[in-house]
Order: sequence, then C-alpha cells, then structure tokens
Amino acid sequence: MDRKIRVLVAKPGLDGHDRGAKVVASAFRDAGMEVVYTGLHQTPEMIVEAAIQEDVDVVGLSILSGAHMALFPKILNLLKQEGAEDKLVIGGGIIPEDDMAELKKQGITEIFGPGTTTETIVEFVKKAMASRR
Amino acid sequence: MFDKDKIEEIRKKKEAWKQDFLESCSNYEVTNPSGRNLEPLYVPSDIDAFDYERDLGYPGEYPFTRGVYTTMHRGRLWTMRQFSGYGTARDSNRRYHFLLDRGQTGLSVAFDMPTIMGYDSDHPRSHGEVGMCGVAIDSLHDMEILFDKIPLDKVSTSMTINAPAAMLLAFYICVGEEQGVASEKLRGTIQNDILKEYIAQKSWIYPPEPSMRIITDILAFCADHVPKWNTISISGYHIREAGSTAAQELAFTLADGFAYVEAAIEAGLDVDAFAPRLSFFFNSHLDFFEEIAKYRAARRIWARAMKEKYGAKKKESLLVRFHTQTAGCTLTAQQPENNVVRTAYEAMAAAIGGTQSLHTNSLDETLALPSEKAVQIALRTQQILAHETGVTNTIDPLAGSYYVEHLTNKLEEEAEAYFEKIEDLGGVVKAIDMGFFQKEISDAAYHYQREIEKKTKIVVGVNDYVIPDEEITIDILKIDPTVEEEQSKALKKLRAERDNAAADAALQKLAEAAAGTENLMPRILECSRAYCTLGEMIGSLKEVFGMYKEPIVY
Repeated sequence: MDRKIRVLVAKPGLDGHDRGAKVVASAFRDAGMEVVYTGLHQTPEMIVEAAIQEDVDVVGLSILSGAHMALFPKILNLLKQEGAEDKLVIGGGIIPEDDMAELKKQGITEIFGPGTTTETIVEFVKKAMASRR
Repeated sequence: MFDKDKIEEIRKKKEAWKQDFLESCSNYEVTNPSGRNLEPLYVPSDIDAFDYERDLGYPGEYPFTRGVYTTMHRGRLWTMRQFSGYGTARDSNRRYHFLLDRGQTGLSVAFDMPTIMGYDSDHPRSHGEVGMCGVAIDSLHDMEILFDKIPLDKVSTSMTINAPAAMLLAFYICVGEEQGVASEKLRGTIQNDILKEYIAQKSWIYPPEPSMRIITDILAFCADHVPKWNTISISGYHIREAGSTAAQELAFTLADGFAYVEAAIEAGLDVDAFAPRLSFFFNSHLDFFEEIAKYRAARRIWARAMKEKYGAKKKESLLVRFHTQTAGCTLTAQQPENNVVRTAYEAMAAAIGGTQSLHTNSLDETLALPSEKAVQIALRTQQILAHETGVTNTIDPLAGSYYVEHLTNKLEEEAEAYFEKIEDLGGVVKAIDMGFFQKEISDAAYHYQREIEKKTKIVVGVNDYVIPDEEITIDILKIDPTVEEEQSKALKKLRAERDNAAADAALQKLAEAAAGTENLMPRILECSRAYCTLGEMIGSLKEVFGMYKEPIVY
C-alpha cells in the first residue's frame, strides 16, 4: 500500500483566525490523510522546520491578516534553501485576486478563497499527489 | 399565568395538529444555523410555566429580560459605531472624520496585528502585517495623531484591544490629558476580554494567570480614576465567528463574565465598585428569532446571577449593556452585494434585541478592509433601520411570542447546562487549558461546514444560485505598502528624540511592579508619558510573565 498523504496545516503570521485551518485539517483527517496542525502565530522558519521534521508531502498555509505577500514567498524561499521545494504548497484565506496570481507565479500551487468546499481542497490534494507518484 | 387544564387541552390539540401536519409533510423538525431542532409551530403549552412578572418584568426592571433601560430606543437610539482602522494613525484619523461627518455617533478602533500582539512596527514579527488589518499604534505619539481634532470629551471610543489593553487605555488617557480632558470624563470601552482570546480569537500574549491580574488591576484603577469607562467588553462575537452555536456563544461569554467577577472579588474588590462598568459584545447571526432570544436570555441570566450568586446590590451591576456586530462569518465573497441584505436582517435582530450600540459589516469584508463606499452603505443600513422602519417605536416587541419565549427559555437552559459542565471541569481557565471550549467550537464549525457541503444548508451564491464564472467587480481598498517603512522611520526618530534615560527608568519600574503586587496601571501611564513604545512595555512584562502556549485541538 502507498503511504498515507502527510499534510502540514500551518498558520503563518500574527492573526488568530484558525476556524478555516481547523476545518480544513479535519477534512484532510477525515479523508484519510495524516495531518499535523502547527497552531497559531508561526514564523516562516517554524513552518519550514515543522514541514521537514514531520516529513510532509503537502504544506497548507492559512492566513487572514493580509501579510501573505510578505510571508508566503519567504516560506517558499526557505523550503528551497532547505532542498524541500518538492513539497506541494497550497494556501487559503483572504487573498485578493491580484495577489493570488503573483503568489502562484512564485510557486504556491493553488490558493483557495472564501466559499471553497473542503471537498474541492481534498480532491485537489489527492489529484496533485497522485500525479506526483 | 396559564390555566393548567387549558394548557393540557392545548398540548393535546397541538399533538393532533402535528398528525395532520405529518400527513402532508414529513418536514416536522428542521435545524437552524445553530443546529437547533425547530418545530413549525409553537403554542402556549410550549411555555407552560411562563410567569410574566418573574420571567420578563418591565424594561429597566429586574430581571431586565425586556431591556436594561426604562425608555430603551425611545429615549436614546443605539450608538452607531463602525469598527474601523487601517494603515497609519493619519489614515485612520481621516476615516474617523469621514464617519463622524456622515453621522456616526461613536468611534471604534481596529488595530493592526502587531499592535494587538504587542510588537512594534519595526519588530521582525511585524513584517508584512503593519497597518494591514487595522491601524498601527506604536506609542503615545501615534495615538495623538489618531485622535487629532477629535475632542475626547465629546465622543465615546471603543478599542478592540485585549492583551495590551492597559497600554492603549493609558495612551488614550494621556491624549485626554493633552487635550485638557480629565480621565474622569473619558467615555469608552476597551475590549480587555482575555479569556475569549484563549477560547476563540487567539490573540494572547501572557498565560491566563498574569493576564487576569492585569485585568483586575485595570478594574481597580478605573473604578477610582476612569469611572465612565467600560473596563471589559465581555465578548461572544469572536466565539461565534470561530464557529460556535448561539447557545455556546451565550454560555461561554457569560461564563467568562462570571470568571472576571470572581477574580475581582477574589482580588478584594467590592462587586458594586466594578460590575457597573462591565459591558458585553455579541454577534448577530442570521437566525433572526434565535438571536433576539439570545440577547433576552443573556440579560435575564446575568441579572439573576449577579444578584443572587454574587450579591450585587446596585441595579447597574445587574445589567447586560451590549454592543453588537453583525456576523462577519455569514458574509460571502461570491456576489458580495448580497451581503448588504444579510447585514440588514442581522442588524434588525440586534435592534429588536435591545442593543446599546451596533456595527454593521460592509459588503466587501470577505475580500478586504472596507472601502469608503462600502462603509457608507453599512452605516446607512443602520440609519434606515433606526429612522425608517419603526423598529425603535416599541420595546422588546416579540415578548409574549410563544416561539421567542420558548427559545429564550431553551437558550437559558442550555447555557445553565454549560455552566455546570465548566464548573465540573474546574472553571473557565482549567477548561481552556484542557481545550474544552476550543474543541466545542471547532466541532460546531466543522459541522456547519459539512452541512453547507451536503447542501442541507443553502448559502446563496455559494452552494446554490451560483453565477458560473462570476467576476467580482467591486472596488477594493488597498493598504499602502509604505506604512511599515513609515512607522519604522517614525519609531527610529522617537527613540532618538525622547529622553531615553527616563524611558528606561519607567520600563524598569514597570518590570518591578509586575514582579510584585502593586497596581500596574500607574506604571504603564508613566511609561506612556515617557514615550516608551508598546513593544517595549509588553516586552518588559513578557520577561516577568512569560508567554502562553496553546493546546492544539480540532
């Protein structure tokens, strides 16, 4: 059997809005994935360290403070520096469309906005991982 | 109130009617957004123990179910108070003047995340966050700009600030001093509700114990020096936004309130010295009737507990005076114009529920901070409600409705059951440590999301009535990315120009006070006057108090 998909759900930045992150973490878990949730107020360094230590396949970033343009690229860079750029990085939160396009260009595979179903996110991850294996 | 035989007869007739109903429709029980089972019809037997004088009374009279004041909105409209702040203090000052010019009657300050978490704008953790979801305040200097040409003896100001509440209150008192307004005359609110931070909003700094000490210091200081200030705004809003049901919002908020009362009594304060300045902050969600019942239940439960359990003697100690904000979590990014309608219904529930002040969300808030146009529509929504609909004419107009009285009783029962559970767990702080509230809320949030995905709940524009490939065309407020740089420059200048020996000495005294037992507020005021930054003050307290680490539950 294939090993289960391992996902890190992470909250970069200073905001405390963890409703979405927890709902998505629960959905991953119910879809049979192994989920690690970092808790709140994580620095990019903490997130990348957790991603490597936990040997995850997917890093899911949730942010609602508006600091995504500073923090997401930093996480991508750190992953690259650590030779961990093969991890699938996805994001969610209050992220304006222009910023979404820019972040995708920089290497966030997909960004999910308000109103996205957890099913959409779970299916996206499953499909992306299947195509990698 | 009701004749027993008559009630029995009605109960039987309702059963018979229910059979008729079921013959043509299987949909006898449905669930509302809180997951509550609702029947299609309520009759006198659903409130068979109803006793008007005992359960409701009159507005301004115990147990205050119908309202905390005798005249309610006939005597004085609720305060229209739009929560706002972004960018620099100068940007936000401009927005406040705009809102006051448009007829807003009170101010409500939104701070950015670094301010909320006690970091200066030039701290590495602040990078990317400065001025983004509120205004950046680093020192008294920024506060002076924020309230430029706003006379503090004329407006009341609410500040959504918790862990650093003591510092922001101190800054405000200092601005008052500079304007020649004595602290005794200042009117406003600091949220200062740290328990709900651990439970729901998650903007904590120190562990619960020192946090509670800071709060009791504030209660004692304000009782003597800022007597018109609302010292805590005990908040259900964030609990609901994090995904709770109405009953959980009600129960957890009041449980937090009781915990503050107990902490203050334990610290040696007289209940009637501080309780009159406690205020509340509730959400207004989409189920109109349940929300109204929630406000009514809150007033009744609080009044009874304050009188009977905590021995309050003053009438003012028994009152749930509350601010309401419409539910941000009910807004949709899809077809955002529809949010005006959602907000209007929610605002009406708050008005009928007897709110003392109200914030109506702007239609674009799932996308960004509100634009000027959007916030004007939101404010106009309140003005139309207040002046055109007639909702202010009659106090507590739904009293006596079998349905609303039944819901009010139910919510009270459910809250009481939670109080018992929390007591069994060892109190609010213990229950937080165990992740009890956090788990209850995240379970409810997940359940709600599942319902939407199964389409047992319809959200217009999201899982039904969708416009395929919808293009969102509303204008979005963009925060100037130079705010961070500007703030950092100003901080550099401040640190170069102030009397650094005085600032250091004030910080040293603050740390000493923290390690001992004296009231921290006078020390924080000294630091503020010496232009110590928020980050410096929080930093010196962190060294004494340490930092909180959350239990991970979902």
